[in-house]
Amino acid sequence: MSANHNRPLSEVEIRVKALESLLVEKGLVDPAAVDALIDNYEHKVGPRNGARVVARAWVDPAYRERLLADGTRAIAELGYSGIQGEDMVVVANTPDTHNVIVCTLCSCYPWPTLGLPPVWFKSAPYRSRVVSDPRGVLKEFGLAVPAEKRVRVWDSTAELRYMVLPERPPGTEALSEDELAALVTRDSMIGVAEVKGVTA
Amino acid sequence: MNGVHDLGGMHGLGPIVIEKDEPVFHHEWERRVFGMFLPVFATGAFNIDEFRHAIERMGPEYLQTSYYEHWLAAFETLLEEKGMISAEEFSARRARIAEEAR
Repeated sequence: MSANHNRPLSEVEIRVKALESLLVEKGLVDPAAVDALIDNYEHKVGPRNGARVVARAWVDPAYRERLLADGTRAIAELGYSGIQGEDMVVVANTPDTHNVIVCTLCSCYPWPTLGLPPVWFKSAPYRSRVVSDPRGVLKEFGLAVPAEKRVRVWDSTAELRYMVLPERPPGTEALSEDELAALVTRDSMIGVAEVKGVTA
Repeated sequence: MNGVHDLGGMHGLGPIVIEKDEPVFHHEWERRVFGMFLPVFATGAFNIDEFRHAIERMGPEYLQTSYYEHWLAAFETLLEEKGMISAEEFSARRARIAEEAR
């Protein structure tokens, strides 16, 4: 492997290689299991899962009701469950209320529905400020919430993960569930964006 | 427990940097650290709360290091504390890898 390097390894690269090689040597970690986990979260699990949950809730009022009553179970109906999604609470945006999620203490995020979090979600500036100045933070994301609309910020605990159910945009009545899912962005399920309608 | 990780409401931590079309991982070493997550827990050496607490014990460098560096630091701390990898063998292995990469 060393022949491939055209630069010295960084300190952090050396630590990671040392750790993995010792764990593998001791038989504690199987490198194939490491590869499989990386592949799954880099290529398979991601916000398209959450988008399908949102689209289903938009077209099926009974599903929406189940989703808001017991998020974990309703999300599992669509096949999404597991680590970092064991206790899900879905909060719905309405004409009166906009919701946004954070984890001030850590970087908790609903992996089964949204995949792994973006760097800004895990960063100190977002975590510190979204709870004290949510409207200002949302503005930085290009979302100006009208003064008369309430903003609610949901801060994860060690166990519980939140996800936002955005409002269905107007003008989408004729769209299929798949077409609706294609409109739903990761940021709209974190609550730093709204779902935009179709531009005709 | 209160600590450097308890960031809610803290002032002066700078602007939020939003990366467009951000990749899931930025470096190969981040992939490897992430990939060790479940296998390391599967050894039963420690649980998720101990893992989180190890990150919270990091001290001031918490704010100067990235998310996957936090994970790496927690793995190192706990694997040593639980007697899975000694400080001496970890240090020797780091030296060998640095030497081989030259």
